[in-house]
Amino acid sequence: MTAVVATNETILVVGGGISGMTAALEAAETGKRVVLVEKRPYLGGRVSQLYKYFPKLCFPTCGLEINQRRAKQNPNLTILTMAEVTGLAGDKGNYRATVKLSPRYVNANCTACGDCATAVTAQFDDEYNYGLGKRKGAYLPYRMAHPARYVLDPAIIGTPDAERAKAACRYDAIDLEMQEETIDFPCGAVIWATGWKPYDAAKIQPYGYDRFANVITSVEFERMADPTGPTGGKLVRPSDGKEAKQVAFIQCAGSRDRNHLLHCSRICCMASFKQCTYVIDAFGADARINVYYIDLRAIDRFEDFYQKVRANQNIKFIKSKPASITQDKDGSPVVHGVDTEGYQRFAEPHDLVVLAIGMEPAVDPASFPVPIVLNREGFIEAASANGGVFAAGGAADALDVNRAVQHATGAALRAIQVVNSVARAEV
Amino acid sequence: MGELNTAMIERYRNSFLKEVEANVEEGEWVKMCMQCGVCSGSCPLGKFWEHPPQEIFMMIRAGKREAVLQSESVWMCTSCYNCIVRCPRELPITHIMHGLAHYAKRLGLVPKTNPTAKFAQMFWDNLMVKGRVNELKLGLALYFMNGFGDGIKVALKNQKLGMAMMKTGRMNPKEAFGGHAVKDLAGFHKVLKKAQELEDARIAQNGPPAGA
Ligand SMILES: Cc1cc2nc3c(=O)[nH]c(=O)nc-3n(C[C@H](O)[C@H](O)[C@H](O)COP(=O)(O)OP(=O)(O)OC[C@H]3O[C@@H](n4cnc5c(N)ncnc54)[C@H](O)[C@@H]3O)c2cc1C
Ligand code: SF4
Ligand code: SF4
Ligand code: SF4
Ligand code: SF4
Repeated sequence: MTAVVATNETILVVGGGISGMTAALEAAETGKRVVLVEKRPYLGGRVSQLYKYFPKLCFPTCGLEINQRRAKQNPNLTILTMAEVTGLAGDKGNYRATVKLSPRYVNANCTACGDCATAVTAQFDDEYNYGLGKRKGAYLPYRMAHPARYVLDPAIIGTPDAERAKAACRYDAIDLEMQEETIDFPCGAVIWATGWKPYDAAKIQPYGYDRFANVITSVEFERMADPTGPTGGKLVRPSDGKEAKQVAFIQCAGSRDRNHLLHCSRICCMASFKQCTYVIDAFGADARINVYYIDLRAIDRFEDFYQKVRANQNIKFIKSKPASITQDKDGSPVVHGVDTEGYQRFAEPHDLVVLAIGMEPAVDPASFPVPIVLNREGFIEAASANGGVFAAGGAADALDVNRAVQHATGAALRAIQVVNSVARAEV
Repeated sequence: MGELNTAMIERYRNSFLKEVEANVEEGEWVKMCMQCGVCSGSCPLGKFWEHPPQEIFMMIRAGKREAVLQSESVWMCTSCYNCIVRCPRELPITHIMHGLAHYAKRLGLVPKTNPTAKFAQMFWDNLMVKGRVNELKLGLALYFMNGFGDGIKVALKNQKLGMAMMKTGRMNPKEAFGGHAVKDLAGFHKVLKKAQELEDARIAQNGPPAGA
């Protein structure tokens, strides 16, 4: 049975992405007791799935590593992975949280030696790579995963693979008897940092994401660009593995559209500019890039980055939201539309189309496990009716990392104020 | 007709957009267009037009009154609804296109030789007689729209279609002699008269002040 030491001076953080980690660490480093609940088997959230960060084009692994080290060193922080909050009862300063823990089948003895993964045979779609690659049924979610502990896919439990994994482990780290658990514990304030998810591209019917192999999303493109990713960092066409030198980026794919997401996802213009540099880095003068847009939104200090990308002769900016995509006989996606500057029709073939997919809240508004005020897009509002529950980062809005982290720090401060007043009342 | 046009120009001197908003069906939506281009790219016929819908909306905002109201493009919409289902701002594009055509007609600005406008008038006149469309008469009228010789050619080309329509009962050769009417033809005309009254009242409200 998992035991959690907590009181109503404890801060519960839900979601261990960059926002949740930041809020948890900021609070824990002021001496508050913090419980961090993360659904995935590891921390870092969607940032861990990015290849590089705009605007500096540095690697997210760097910032994540610092946060992981801070987490390891802090005695005030309890981290629960493969865990979800299923209920929250009570009021500001006096809550009781219910958390469901899914079995990992691997305990703290694990040294991440990898022998279990070698021993098993069954393969599954790799969620870390958005399904672009496969992983084994015993796996480390990604090379820098924290906690650095393997996971057994529940689908292999009861199959010979599970026995093979167990037999291969020299550290007695595999426990096939682990069960799902539900625990509850008190807390005084909650930071809700469950982040975002990419909009379902298949719903944008005219773009044929579900019909054409060479139409992919921006989150998949991040994985493709990563040298440790499913293609070893090669930018290729999923249909035939040929180099993808002619790339189209389609902006506002799912965003700013009353048929899909109402809001502007704010980061996808910058994300596409960044991804243009991936293509230029890979193919230099041979790269041919078209960015199709309604308008380009590189806010405040990002303007410089945009100007640099814009200056590259191999990147064309076309003011047009494409109407549809078809596929030619070579499997090349053909982008159709009308250019707003001159109203010319175009039908442009490319090796690869990248949909700059919109960000929507990760938690479905219809099944939010705690009472909370959401706006019409499903993001959490800053409302006094939320009591001691404060949103942080992507759960509150479509934000880049810099803004998500600032927002998370603000949420930590609000939560600290709540538990401080609980502490004063108890003296 | 020419008078109404002059009156409207007087009244909305500086803003064609305001004129469209007040007088064209669904015209108040025009300002919501963000010029993304999806409708133009989606229109199956747009490539044959002078101005795709998106450009028409921009021209309205730019005050290009004559160019819009005399444009052939607003008469070309086939109501396929491709644009409406895709427009990210949910503009009722099809209705606006028809609304503009209708408004141009009221003002007497329809391009003289526009075939769609001609056909629409024929359809209307045909419908008015018996309260239902006489396919045979309408078809014949259409064939001979561009003169007798042309008509024979078109009719021969479409012989098969005509035969098929007769076989399935969609067209009856006897309809050439008078043709049958709706049950309550007088009632039908009353309905239309009432509709015209309502429409006139609406126009009076939005249009130029009495006496203008
Ligand atoms: C294509 C693309 C490229 C981008 N590139 C950049 C970039 O270069 N620079 C930049 O600054 N930003 C970039 N961003 C934005 C960046 O990804 C976000 O700012 C960042 O992920 C926000 O972090 P977060 O912690 O708020 O949310 P997330 O990263 O979504 O983390 C949320 C965490 O909560 C967990 N969670 C979800 N639901 C639950 C639940 N019910 N219970 C428990 N845990 C839960 C998730 O598993 C996840 O770990 C990019 C975005 C996209 C789409
Ligand atoms: S579970 Fe055992 S075999 Fe697998 S990585 Fe951990 S220590 Fe190695
Ligand atoms: S950031 Fe750019 S691509 Fe993303 S929704 Fe806004 S305008 Fe569209
Ligand atoms: S699709 Fe809608 S918003 Fe886009 S240009 Fe056409 S009318 Fe305007
Ligand atoms: S409804 Fe009319 S304007 Fe719209 S796509 Fe069809 S033909 Fe074009």
